[in-house]
Amino acid sequence: MTASSHKLWRFHGGVKLPDHKAESTTEPVAVAPLPPRLILPLRQHIGEAAVPVVKRGEQVRKGQLIARSDTYVGAHIHAPTSGRIVLIGDQPVPHPSGLSAPCIVIEADGEDDWGDSRMPPIEDYRNIDPVKLRNRVRDAGIVGLGGAAFPAAVKLNPRPQQKIDTLVINGAECEPYITCDDMLMRTQAEAVIAGMHLVRRALKPERCLFGIEDNKPEAIRAMTEALGGEERDNIRIVAIPSIYPTGGERQLVRVLTGREVPSEGLPADVGVVCHNVGTLAAIYRAVVLGEPLISRLVTVTGSGVNRPRNLQVYLGTPVADLIALAGGYTDDVERLIMGGPMMGFALASDAVPIIKGGNCVIAARTADVERPGPVMPCIRCGECVKACPAGLLPQQLYWFSRARDFEKAQEYSLFDCIECGCCAHVCPSNIPLVQYYRFAKNEIWSQERERRQAEAAKQRHELRRERLEREEREKAERMKRKQATTQQTTATDGAEDPKQAVIRAALARAQARKADREAQGTNAAAPVSDNDDETR
Amino acid sequence: MRFKTFSSPHMAPARSVNRVMGQVLLALIPGTAAMTWYFGWGVLINVSLAVTVALACEALMLLVRGRALTPHITDLSAVLAGWLFALAVPPLTPWWVTLVGVGFAMVMAKHLYGGLGYNPFNPAMVGYVVVLISFPREMTLWLSPSVIAELNLSLPQAFTAIFAGRLPDGLTWDMITAATPLDRMQTGVGLAHPISEIQTSPFFGYLGGVGWEWIGLWFLVGGLWLLKRRVIGWQIPVAMLGALTLLSGLFWLINPEIYASPLFHVFSGAAILGAFFIATDPVSASTTPRGRLIFGAGVGALVFVIRTWGGYAEGVAFAVLLMNMMVPLIDHYTQPRVFGKTAAGKEG
Ligand code: SF4
Ligand code: SF4
Repeated sequence: MTASSHKLWRFHGGVKLPDHKAESTTEPVAVAPLPPRLILPLRQHIGEAAVPVVKRGEQVRKGQLIARSDTYVGAHIHAPTSGRIVLIGDQPVPHPSGLSAPCIVIEADGEDDWGDSRMPPIEDYRNIDPVKLRNRVRDAGIVGLGGAAFPAAVKLNPRPQQKIDTLVINGAECEPYITCDDMLMRTQAEAVIAGMHLVRRALKPERCLFGIEDNKPEAIRAMTEALGGEERDNIRIVAIPSIYPTGGERQLVRVLTGREVPSEGLPADVGVVCHNVGTLAAIYRAVVLGEPLISRLVTVTGSGVNRPRNLQVYLGTPVADLIALAGGYTDDVERLIMGGPMMGFALASDAVPIIKGGNCVIAARTADVERPGPVMPCIRCGECVKACPAGLLPQQLYWFSRARDFEKAQEYSLFDCIECGCCAHVCPSNIPLVQYYRFAKNEIWSQERERRQAEAAKQRHELRRERLEREEREKAERMKRKQATTQQTTATDGAEDPKQAVIRAALARAQARKADREAQGTNAAAPVSDNDDETR
Repeated sequence: MRFKTFSSPHMAPARSVNRVMGQVLLALIPGTAAMTWYFGWGVLINVSLAVTVALACEALMLLVRGRALTPHITDLSAVLAGWLFALAVPPLTPWWVTLVGVGFAMVMAKHLYGGLGYNPFNPAMVGYVVVLISFPREMTLWLSPSVIAELNLSLPQAFTAIFAGRLPDGLTWDMITAATPLDRMQTGVGLAHPISEIQTSPFFGYLGGVGWEWIGLWFLVGGLWLLKRRVIGWQIPVAMLGALTLLSGLFWLINPEIYASPLFHVFSGAAILGAFFIATDPVSASTTPRGRLIFGAGVGALVFVIRTWGGYAEGVAFAVLLMNMMVPLIDHYTQPRVFGKTAAGKEG
């Protein structure tokens, strides 16, 4: 059986990359053993960090809720195994900044005991009530497993005015080296299909389109088989050309539906919702088996490990353990990457744990990552323009970013850059272009933050002044009244307003803090100038 | 274990400036060989001399500007500039003309603007125009392919001609030089001779001039190879030759006796060399895909205008330089449409 025929569209740019997928697909998927200690960062995606609901020293069961997030864009965290909470505090986390962040550390007791933490399985899942489904997905702490880790429940809840007619399922896996989705589709196709039926209950789309790159024939075959003959016209498994970054949400929506997601909008704006295949399998497990998101498939690969493979991993397992399971480092390993080689980030240490969005660990050698030559000045060759899937002028953005002309950079749509790295990959002058864009974005964000902080401070100051003035006035009035009528005192009246002022000031502070946190979520490395022309 | 961190992407890039320049140089070989075949050893001597001067100037300027010699001395861009200059000047051009032209190109047109990547004008063409204006007599010393074939000047003889200005005994410059087909065409038309009559002269071949047409064809082979390897984009060559063909075709249809045919225009002078090797210089050309179409078409149109009504028989160098001036404007107005935005730059 092969993929359905389906009209495909093109997106501008993109590059053909050596896929390096065969390395990690020769070995079957193995289950990584339970590590002695599991580290679970409280913040695993954009949005608020989860709040611990357990205490140090407490015994927890497998699947037990250990930190909850009740904000809309938040996800709970569950204990991946049974054991004791040994620490709630800062630990190194997988983040581009390389900094530490609050984590819960569990010492496993080796029992891997669920106790009564499993959620009640829902057998008749095909007829599940959408609200119940959303709640279950929320309760299970499921986020997008494709890398961005956006809470999945949010994407099951379209706004009432949005008509979703198409569910796009992302099995493209366009970044080189990563094969966990490929292996998932090969080995758990039924779970993916079942997950899709679940999501259909919530969104009621007219059609479902699976986008899988044509370099994964086995996954396409397995998925087509698992789908069977059901609703052939409305549910399609589509083989799409392997062009990076065709697995980017916007690009995939374009390729499969011909629709263009507005620059600052979401796929839902054009009637599409997009879920990753791994997310669907996780939704299936949460609903039908009652399991929260506590493990995932991770590709451990690269020429810097001896035995590249895919592993089913307990969340919180340190990367070093996975490396050991992949045969350990080769002698000449040079760089450790979390995610894909194009958009992933380099890890400073292998002590960091696997988190929900961690799909791949690459140990690379010098030859895989090194620039072939020194950084040269931009020769305006336009290769980057040809390659940019966002339709930008990367060389101009580079020019403006370098000159710190952030206004111009924004005018040239800096914030439409998805940091896919296509431009840097094709640049004959070896310019680390993406680094410049990150630098410019961070500068703009921090300027914005400073502005907002200043505003908030000003607001606070005004409020305080107002309050003091009012208090003065009231005092004077009281004095006057006291003098006028010696029998009566009015103490209750003036207390209301200052209280409200305090609340407003607190709100302003909270807002400033939030802006702060948002901006810190990004990596603020300034570009390096390793060429004299770059420092003119 | 701890690692050093770097910014993504973490994949070794696929191209390098050296490779790009190196491939352009390779693609110049067939055309250069054909030129040598028709015009003798002088062509090769010129190329070697110009390349040497270019490299010397590059090194000198890097030293003066306090820069490291590598990677720029080895990036092959100086070699390319020198080579292109040598192909633009007559085959037995005196050495000092090359020295002045290439020196000007490298020092004034390239390094005073900031070196590789920063020059708004094509350096080789700036150098060529400078010597064309300064030494008009020397720049007309084009040889006659038929005479050269007969005489078969040896390498030392060509060497003496270039470096000492002396021809072998019994020869005079008048005997071996001949106006280029473009010159003949312009002069003839200027004297109100009908083109059918001008073209009966033995200097004209099937497409352009004798010899010249074959040189053009071999440059075309190199250029097509560059296109196939995707070293250059199709926009500039196609737009330039397209505009030249279209305009000349239009006028030729109006009156073939006073306007030369499109074939003649394309296969004469430096049209093909210009379309694939000169106008495509990335640094000084437009960078947006639509901009490149406009840039190329502009060069093609200007070439026709200069050849037909201008004071010079050939216009490629002037056309390229004029369009170089337009690049900032073109680039500004031809920005591609951003994904997810409408053409007007609004949310789409
Ligand atoms: S690919 Fe590199 S050298 Fe070419 S225009 Fe873009 S930034 Fe400049
Ligand atoms: S990193 Fe940004 S500028 Fe570069 S190709 Fe990707 S979207 Fe375009």
